[in-house]
Amino acid sequence: MFALRSIAAPMQRQCFRAAPRAAVSLSLQSRFYSSQDSIAKFTGQKDAQGRYTVSLIEGDGIGPEISAAVKDIFAAAKTPIVWEPINVDPVLKDGKTTIPDAAIESIKKNKVALKGPLATPIGKGHVSLNLTLRRTFNLFANLRPCRSVAGCKTPYDNVDTVLIRENTEGEYSGIEHVVVDGVVQSIKLITREASERVLRFAFQHARAIGRKKVRVVHKATIMKMSDGLFLDVGRRVAQEFPDIEFDAELLDNTCLKMVTDPVPYNDKVLVMPNLYGDILSDMCAGLIGGLGLTPSGNIGDECSIFEAVHGSAPDIAGKNLANPTALLLSSMMMLRHMGLNEYADRIEKAAFDTLAEGKHLTGDLGGKATTTEYAQAIIAKL
Amino acid sequence: MLSRNSARTAQRVLRAAAQSQQRLNVARGFASIADAPSQTVQSDIFKPTKYGGKYTVTLIPGDGIGAEVAESVKTIFKADNVPITWEQIEVSGLDEGMTAARREEKFQEAVASLRRNKLGLKGILHTPIDRSGHQSFNVAMRQELDIYASISLIKNIPGLKTRHENVDLAIIRENTEGEYSGLEHQSVPGVVESLKIITRAKSERIVKFAFSFALANNRKKVTCIHKANIMKLADGLFRGTFQRLAKDYPQLECNDMIVDNASMQCVSKPQQFDVMVMPNLYGGILSNIAAALVGGPGVVPGCNMGRDVAVFEPGCRHVGLDIKGKDQANPTALLLSGTMLLRHLGLDDHANRISNAVYDVIAQGKVRTRDMGGNASTHEFTRAILDSMEKAL
Repeated sequence: MFALRSIAAPMQRQCFRAAPRAAVSLSLQSRFYSSQDSIAKFTGQKDAQGRYTVSLIEGDGIGPEISAAVKDIFAAAKTPIVWEPINVDPVLKDGKTTIPDAAIESIKKNKVALKGPLATPIGKGHVSLNLTLRRTFNLFANLRPCRSVAGCKTPYDNVDTVLIRENTEGEYSGIEHVVVDGVVQSIKLITREASERVLRFAFQHARAIGRKKVRVVHKATIMKMSDGLFLDVGRRVAQEFPDIEFDAELLDNTCLKMVTDPVPYNDKVLVMPNLYGDILSDMCAGLIGGLGLTPSGNIGDECSIFEAVHGSAPDIAGKNLANPTALLLSSMMMLRHMGLNEYADRIEKAAFDTLAEGKHLTGDLGGKATTTEYAQAIIAKL
Repeated sequence: MLSRNSARTAQRVLRAAAQSQQRLNVARGFASIADAPSQTVQSDIFKPTKYGGKYTVTLIPGDGIGAEVAESVKTIFKADNVPITWEQIEVSGLDEGMTAARREEKFQEAVASLRRNKLGLKGILHTPIDRSGHQSFNVAMRQELDIYASISLIKNIPGLKTRHENVDLAIIRENTEGEYSGLEHQSVPGVVESLKIITRAKSERIVKFAFSFALANNRKKVTCIHKANIMKLADGLFRGTFQRLAKDYPQLECNDMIVDNASMQCVSKPQQFDVMVMPNLYGGILSNIAAALVGGPGVVPGCNMGRDVAVFEPGCRHVGLDIKGKDQANPTALLLSGTMLLRHLGLDDHANRISNAVYDVIAQGKVRTRDMGGNASTHEFTRAILDSMEKAL
């Protein structure tokens, strides 16, 4: 493996210089990608019929309806996927909130899961289920692409951002204490190991989706050591990826420029520590019309969970009014992660065409269609 | 602890003041009522001294475009005979041209000058990433002078078309603690901890400041921005303080919102916000997002208020090193910050003349700097404002 890699790297550089045409470089890239130890590579196995099993967490509220829509569409597209529904109602084990063992085993076995919205129980002592899942499976990177959807008009056109967020530490380390009454310390934790992992994933992802630039977003002017470390690791990892351009931008500038005009970010992959990623990924979702249209993937070393990040909308649950787009797009991301790109492309095209056509939109996008009508419209286009 | 009684008194004073004030009249009178537990309301009200009929104001042009826009402000203020004597101090965070010791000396000089004059107009100072052990001068100045409340006024300028309309919000940001505490250490190589400090006392005074600001400026709603679902103790304290104090202000609508949701709402429905109050880092993020809604850092004025000192600076803090010395900078942000300073001093006539001229030139749209979609230089834009002021006479 190691030898292959060292041969492949200079060869790729040479070929790049010799034949800079996009078509050639793209095919080379994918070869290079597969010849390297890639982070968070999908390792699931096909069953006897050539199908993969995927754990499905339907979620609360509108979760079952939108999951059903996704299942219908997948069945119509003849995707080689078998769903394994699992229950993640929290259980208390040794005083800690956790998910049932059966669920953990299922995801560990299948290596991949699709998840609908979960309502976090409000009350003391409950860690959010999302956080529990993230910790249980060590899902270190959160991948949040945002692409403008034709048919959903916002003040911003042609948005196509890709944002990767460190998911395990930073401001969300959960280390906090009251020093004396009225004085609280909250610790932002940045480690070289976790930073390196997410940064390397960012570079690999940039290659995988054919983007040539990776940009670290930081606030190292103020947090010189913590964000400084993240930035520093970025610079070092960048040396392993000579074909990808690396730069860094101050968080303030990113916020300002993205909201002024997001288009220059269309050729970049942004990578950043936890809190900034949380805020910016939701902001990007705002640019294209909200969380109902954005997919999300939580990438881990062994398992990955793809999810809809919007709420469970208990007010419209069971009324067949919910918009399944976010979950559907997340499942596309999942298919690509599993290497089933052709299915993903086909379903995605049908979905975007349906949205662009605007005849069968759900209520949140200003249409009148039900969840099932919308799903049927997509199926008709397959 | 401010008793409820004196809080009421403070509100009465503020409401009385508010009646005679215009909407844009942000900064007078209420500067420091909110946080002075041991003093009476009267002695708090902030009075800079006048010598020979003139106020002395510290001017720190700052790095990047600072020198150019400060020049523009000086020219325009002079043309209007504003009774202000500038005490200009060249502080810089850049490496070139000054030794570290000299830089530090200048910084101390600026702090001393601000303490003396109680008033300042300031550009932004550059903060290098890689100089270790060097704290940002901007942050150091705020901490040293305890100018704890930062205000950014985000409002669409008539005639300047952006993607969003009818945006009118004020971002009030805690300026002295939170993520910018500057406390960091490396536990073992490769593991760094950075401390975010939230205290009840400082949360209380910024929240009270926000409520006073809302009342004094006739605003209806105050939104607290936090991340208390994750940082349960730190942001929980901030939010808890907000909710507790909100009970004393029944005339205001109060709600709270998680910072990621707020950022999303800000770019999709910014019209829902009025006054927003938040800890330090979120303020940095949201003031940039919000500034982008109305035309960028060149048009957003702001100020930093403390109990003794008020420093007016652009509300969205960008140094602008990339266009330094190119005569392209937009002086609007510093000019409007300057007019806030004038209103703070009670020089409303001057303030109105200048701000009307600025708005007038932008609305006409013939002379605009690059960031506003024109191609005029800083000098041409300044000239146009002067002409407009002359015409209005």
